[in-house]
Amino acid sequence: MVMQDRKLALTEDRLAKIPRPADGADWVTQARAAAMDRVIAMGLPNKRDEYWKFTDPATLVQADAPEANTLKPSEPPIFDEIDRLKVVFVDGVFDADSSDDLALAGLEIARLVDAMATDDHWAKDLYGVLEKNGQTPVHRPLAALNTAFATDGLAIRVTGKAAKPISLIYHYNSTHSDAILHHCIKIEEGAELTVLETGPAAARFNKVMEVDISEGGTFHHVRAQGRDHERRAVTAIFARMQANSALKSFTLTVNGVLTRNECVIDIQGDDVSAHVAGAAVGDGADFHHDDTVFVTHDALNGESRQVFKKVLRNGATGVFQGKILVKAGAQKTDGYQISQALLLDDDSEFLAKPELEIYADDVACSHGSTTGAIDEDALFYLRSRGVPAQTANDLLVLAFLAEALDEIADETLAAALLDRLEGWLARRSS
Amino acid sequence: MLEIKGLKVKLEEEDKQILKGVDLSIAAGSVHAIMGPNGSGKSTLSYVLSGKDGYEVTGGSATLDGVDLLDMEPEDRAAAGLFLAFQYPVEIPGVGNMTFLRTAVNAQRKARGQDEMSAGEFLKVVREKAKALQIDADMLKRPVNVGFSGGEKKRNEILQMAMLEPKMCVLDETDSGLDVDAMKLVSEGVNALRDAGRSFLVITHYQRLLDHIKPDFVHIMADGRIVKTGGPELALEVENNGYSDILTEVA
Repeated sequence: MVMQDRKLALTEDRLAKIPRPADGADWVTQARAAAMDRVIAMGLPNKRDEYWKFTDPATLVQADAPEANTLKPSEPPIFDEIDRLKVVFVDGVFDADSSDDLALAGLEIARLVDAMATDDHWAKDLYGVLEKNGQTPVHRPLAALNTAFATDGLAIRVTGKAAKPISLIYHYNSTHSDAILHHCIKIEEGAELTVLETGPAAARFNKVMEVDISEGGTFHHVRAQGRDHERRAVTAIFARMQANSALKSFTLTVNGVLTRNECVIDIQGDDVSAHVAGAAVGDGADFHHDDTVFVTHDALNGESRQVFKKVLRNGATGVFQGKILVKAGAQKTDGYQISQALLLDDDSEFLAKPELEIYADDVACSHGSTTGAIDEDALFYLRSRGVPAQTANDLLVLAFLAEALDEIADETLAAALLDRLEGWLARRSS
Repeated sequence: MLEIKGLKVKLEEEDKQILKGVDLSIAAGSVHAIMGPNGSGKSTLSYVLSGKDGYEVTGGSATLDGVDLLDMEPEDRAAAGLFLAFQYPVEIPGVGNMTFLRTAVNAQRKARGQDEMSAGEFLKVVREKAKALQIDADMLKRPVNVGFSGGEKKRNEILQMAMLEPKMCVLDETDSGLDVDAMKLVSEGVNALRDAGRSFLVITHYQRLLDHIKPDFVHIMADGRIVKTGGPELALEVENNGYSDILTEVA
């Protein structure tokens, strides 16, 4: 009980520090109040919580955002060469001057704050709904906190094939910025959208993306989280998928002191394909990267893949918590999960908790998790052909990450991310 | 070309002497074969020459065109013109065979102060050489040696050799795991590379390979030393009588 009180006290401290959002339509008020009730009921996380054992949430929960200096970019912005609709957020606030007009063939797009001012906006059936569903069986209080306080973000409703990707570009200027963004994405029947996300967003960033994919809809998501060393982020994707829909999400993380990326996928219709993948490279004892994934199969013939790879050195820490839940009746489910870490020295560590929970009897589910070093035989083989040790090492690191990068369907996007990884290796090699 | 004098080598992690004073002199353009019973130190010699970890040189020297090999990193030995065809070529998932070849070729050219090969030129050369070894486009695209059969792996070794054009080629039991046809193909690949400026050291258990790759000299290695040297007839003697006669004779 004392524990519970302490948790509540900390939760109240944190809540007191967040500016109360301006009033919106009634549905917003209700959604926020319900989310606030969830936060209070669950309490913000601490290290004793089952799903926070490997990642200490203290700095995500404390009242003020810890200082995070920004990094002067040494490379041109990623995806620069790709035709896309740019939407820029600075310190967690929409920046109209830097953004393109919010208009694109195949979809309607609005700032969340504008959607929230509209009484009968479509987003009322989505905002906070998937987040709430995603609280069972595992609590995600920081996502509920997001729903309770978010004002900015986007509401995107896709009705056809989006003419080009929507590119969410995040920057931060304030070393103590504490940003909350919430995006609602509704993909109507047979519609298709690609969302790109890049940049660090804030010194401390809390982001929720709710994605509702109707029958035959397709959602592609490719993200490159900023490489500012001191930033912190907790992000969550909540996806609900109807029959014949497809989702592909890939995240590249380079640096950042603390990153927790959650992904909750709820497969409700038959013949769905859901792939979520990530590559994280981290350097130094203050790098901590956590992927927490929960895929629920509740329909026939669903296919899901989780492919997560981490390259860690100089005392970096990687965490993977991935679950596949196959409900009774979700026959012919094909679930795959792999999490692997390449440790480039003895100081780094990888903590993995792969879980399968299966209640159907005609399924194929497999999972694996490995932790290893560079293969010395392969290294010698490459060097014996004249490849310098560092180049050989880099080749093997990229080879290790290849299975995750292969999950990106678009070759141009994949090449852009590979380029970033090569940049990271080159910087670390020198 | 390759001068090995009194080379003594022990395992780094245990007190076990493998090479106990190997002397071998290979002139430019010649082909030498080393035969010998299991455990005589043949493969160790090839690894030590190419710079594999785990061995400690306790005496002697090995030079390539007068340059001390033993002091160099493996990649520098390769750039200096040494090539080892592995007995067990390593599988490298995630690295495409073509990427691997181009990286290696260009790394060596760079180390020698030459311009890198353009992608177009490289492709042309690799296709031509691959064709002679019956290596198809698919094998070039696949990850290095992954899912290759024994014969494919060995052909891939010879392709690398053909692309890198080393001056000193060490072939460590390249015949192991090959059927008759594959051995012929691999041997033709090796023979196509024979010229006045290139030397070969062929390590093998069997005379068969030497029917295809005709050596100028045959050495018998036993217990970490070369105990007998002769012409091609020595390989036939081994094939007919085994090693025991020779070993008794030199003992």
